[in-house]
Parts: sequence; structure tokens; C-alpha cells
Amino acid sequence: MNKVNPLIVSDQLARRQWLSRLFKHFCTGVTFLAVAILGVLIFQVSVAGFGWLDWQFLTSFPSRFPERAGIYSALVGTLWLVTLTASLAIPIGVLAAIYLEEYAPKNRFTAFIEVNIANLAGVPSIVYGILGLAVFVRFMGLERSVLAGAMTMSLLVMPVIIIAAKEAIRAVPSSLRQAAFAVGATRWQVVRHHVLPSAIPGILTGVILALSRAIGETAPLIMIGALTYVAFVPEGPLDEFTALPIQIFNWTARPQETFHELAAGGIIVLLAILLLMNATAVYIRYRGSKR
Amino acid sequence: MTEYNSILKADALTIAYAGAPAVRAVTLPIYEKKITAIIGPSGCGKSTLLRSFNRMNDFVADVSHEGQIRYRDQDLYAPEVDPVEVRLRIGMVFQKANPFPKSIFRNVAWGPEINGMDGDINLRVETALRQAALWDEVSSRLDDSALNLSGGQQQRLCIARALAMEPEVILMDEPCSALDPVSTAHIEDLLFELKEKFTIVIVTHNMQQAARVSDFTAFMEMGHLVEYGETDQVFTRPTETRTEEYVTGRFG
Repeated sequence: MNKVNPLIVSDQLARRQWLSRLFKHFCTGVTFLAVAILGVLIFQVSVAGFGWLDWQFLTSFPSRFPERAGIYSALVGTLWLVTLTASLAIPIGVLAAIYLEEYAPKNRFTAFIEVNIANLAGVPSIVYGILGLAVFVRFMGLERSVLAGAMTMSLLVMPVIIIAAKEAIRAVPSSLRQAAFAVGATRWQVVRHHVLPSAIPGILTGVILALSRAIGETAPLIMIGALTYVAFVPEGPLDEFTALPIQIFNWTARPQETFHELAAGGIIVLLAILLLMNATAVYIRYRGSKR
Repeated sequence: MTEYNSILKADALTIAYAGAPAVRAVTLPIYEKKITAIIGPSGCGKSTLLRSFNRMNDFVADVSHEGQIRYRDQDLYAPEVDPVEVRLRIGMVFQKANPFPKSIFRNVAWGPEINGMDGDINLRVETALRQAALWDEVSSRLDDSALNLSGGQQQRLCIARALAMEPEVILMDEPCSALDPVSTAHIEDLLFELKEKFTIVIVTHNMQQAARVSDFTAFMEMGHLVEYGETDQVFTRPTETRTEEYVTGRFG
């Protein structure tokens, strides 16, 4: 029997520690690679498009002459689209999540529904475009309106909102619900005063993810026939519209280099809107966690 | 025992989860303004029995009841009984302190408010906090988050939250199991004061605690009520050998 000094690192432990360090460096490397690629993309876009960013670019309609062209109609169209999509998809999605988590019996039927919501989140966006074209544009006669676009987008992002909201609601500890029930609360009072306030940060993360997707999606809008050249802004939900990704797509498809730079400018504006939305979410979460 | 008034009574009560009985044909009276302790090894059904007294088992999927629980003369599980009404009369304190992530004041005030109880809410909160022996420690910081309190204070806050509803019965599910001995002693002292006004049913793992605080003790094993009687008698002259083995620490 040889005495083992526990403080001397054995070869076997040294190998395990080496593996542990290797894994850490690997993860770090992969993370920085992802960030670096994003950085290069943003850098390229900025170099190309930054020169075009000015008030005139934001407030002008598209034009055949690059120096007069702007994104006004696309910007307003995107804001319409996101606002309408949010006001349709958020209430329906969150209420569906509340129903599934708090009210629905746990049986085969609800399990079937939940599996299919998860499947819907993976359906390609062009399929939603086809559905929107058939149902909203043609059958319901909404034409190529911003409302038809928003309804299509709502279908597209609703599964994401439902899944995120469900996870957030499920994460609320059941001890909190029991505490509230034990002082004679109804289910609605428990949901309203305890479950929702605790779940809001998580729900918000899902909502922002979903709306970010809605802002960037192009395919379903092309499918339902959003216009590519619009010299007016929608004044109501039934007006025709265009949106930023469509305008960007349109510009990048042209042969002239100047229009590619305009597209880069449009991308910067799109990214700025996304950042602004994320910042809002972070702020609301921060306020929520302080309480 | 007949000179006491029974306020709650389980009558041939069987509770099953997905068909598997957790409580089997238990008949047990709970006497008014007394402390009744339910003891027994883990999984003996004591928590299940306790939770059936204010219908907290309703939230468990696939639970079924046979027999009756009578609150005064009303069957608690009769179809016309609203469980929310039951929980107004029969409050509960849980194993792990579960204050709302709100201020100390809101924790106590929320129950009375949502139930539209009238009277001065500030007074009601103060009374409940005094009854729970917490007022002196928190009176200067009622707007602080309840989550900043110590574990023992949080549990007394949960007791105050239950008291603010002015229930007749308070059910306590191992209220001291997560607390240190000092906080435990605090809560045990509190129980003696509370039984002047309230009926208390306490589930506990701790036999010394049952012997110290309770007037009546029920010993359960594998869903059966093995023995029930005055605490003195159960601990010193148990009629069943299983009870004797358990209270003397030979198993459990």
C-alpha cells in the first residue's frame, strides 16, 4: 500500500482539468467568432450606408434618383405593420398561454394543441404568406392592405409569443399561487395580481423576439403583394403599404451601386428600430426586477 | 373528549391520487380553539389530509374523495360549496414561507382587499402583524419588500397574512421545518397565544414539537389514522404499539 498524498494532483485529475479548460476556451472562442461575424456585417453595412443617413433619407419617398430617394413610406409602413401586429398577436398569444397554463385541463387534446403550436413556430414564413394571400387578401377581401399584412404577420409570430409566455407563466412558482389561493383568491385574482406580474419579464422577451421577427420578415409580405414602389404613406389599416425589408430588397436587386448603399442605409434604420425595441424590453425587465 | 366542540370533522375520509389512496378511511374530529397535531412518517398522508380541510387538493390533477369533511354542519365537498369561501374561513400556512414578492404591508393587506372586507385596512394589517408577533420588528418598514425578511420573519408574515382574513381555523403544514431553533421557538410561543382565538391544525415531523404545543395528537401511518387522542395520552400511554414505537423514536 503506498500512501496517497491528497494534495498532489494525480495524472488522471490533471487530464480532467485540462479537458475542463479546453472546453472553456472552446466556448469562449465560438462566442467571439459569432460576435465577430456580426461585427463585420455591421461594419460593412455602416461603411456603405452611413453616408446616406440624414433627415432627407428618412423623410423622402423612394425615387429613381438615388440622391432624392428615401425610406419614408417604408418606415411608416413598418411602424404600422409592427403596431398592428403587436396589438393583434400579443393579446391573443398571451391569453392563449394563460389558458393553456392556468385553465386548460392536462389531457391528450391540450397536449395535441401544445405540440402543434410548437410545430407552427417552425413553419416557413412563405407558407404563412400563402395562407394570408388566400384568407385575408382574397377571401376576406382586405386587398393588399397593411391590415392583411399585419394579420399574416400575427399568425407567423403568435406561436413564438405563446411558447415564450407559457414558459414564463410556468416558471412562476406554484407556492406563490397556493399562497394567493389560501387567502381566498379566485383564479382570475391569482393570475392578475401574482402570475402575470411575475411572468411579465419572460413574456416580454418572447414578445420582443416575435416582433423583431415580424419587422425583418420579407417573404410573406411579398407573397401577399405589399408594394415595392410606394409614394404615399398608409393613413388607415386598409391602405396599401410597403415595409423596410421590402424596400431594402428592392434596392439591393438593382444594378446601380448607389442603390446598394441606400439599402445599407435602410438596414441601419431597421437595426436601430430593433435595438430600440430591445432596449425598451431591457428597461421594463430592469424595472420589474427592482420591484 | 365529548366536552369539546368539534369545528371540523373528517368522516370515513379516503383521498386518492390517480386511484392510489393516500388517506384511507380517516375519521378525525378537530376541536375548536385547540391545537391538533398530525404526526407520522413521510408519505403517511398527513399533508394530504390537512390540505383537504381547505380544499387545496382541488389543484391536484386526478384527485378523488370519498367520505366527508364537515365544517360545523356543512359538507365541505358538497357541490354547492365554493372552495374560495372555504379558504376564507380556513386559512393556511405552508411548509416553506411563501410571501408575495411585494411589500410587507401588501402581503397582509392583499387578502382582505380582494375579498372586499371592510374596516380600516391599516388597523387590520397592524392587528394581524401584532397577533403574529411581528409588528415590533417591521412597523417602521412596512413598505420594504417581504423578501428582505429573515426566514423566521417571513413565516410569521405568512401567519399574519392568514390571520388578517380572520379565519376560524388555521392549517399549518410543517411551518417550522425550514427554520432554525430560535425562530421555531418563536412560532411555538405564538401558537399558544393564537389558540385563544383560533383553531389550529398543525402537521409536523417534529414529535417534540407536537408534544410541546398540541392539545390533541393524531398519528398516521400509510394513510391510516393509527391513533388519536389527547396529546398527553398519545405520548405517555399510547394504546397502539405502532404509536409507541413511533413516539419513542424506534422508527420513522
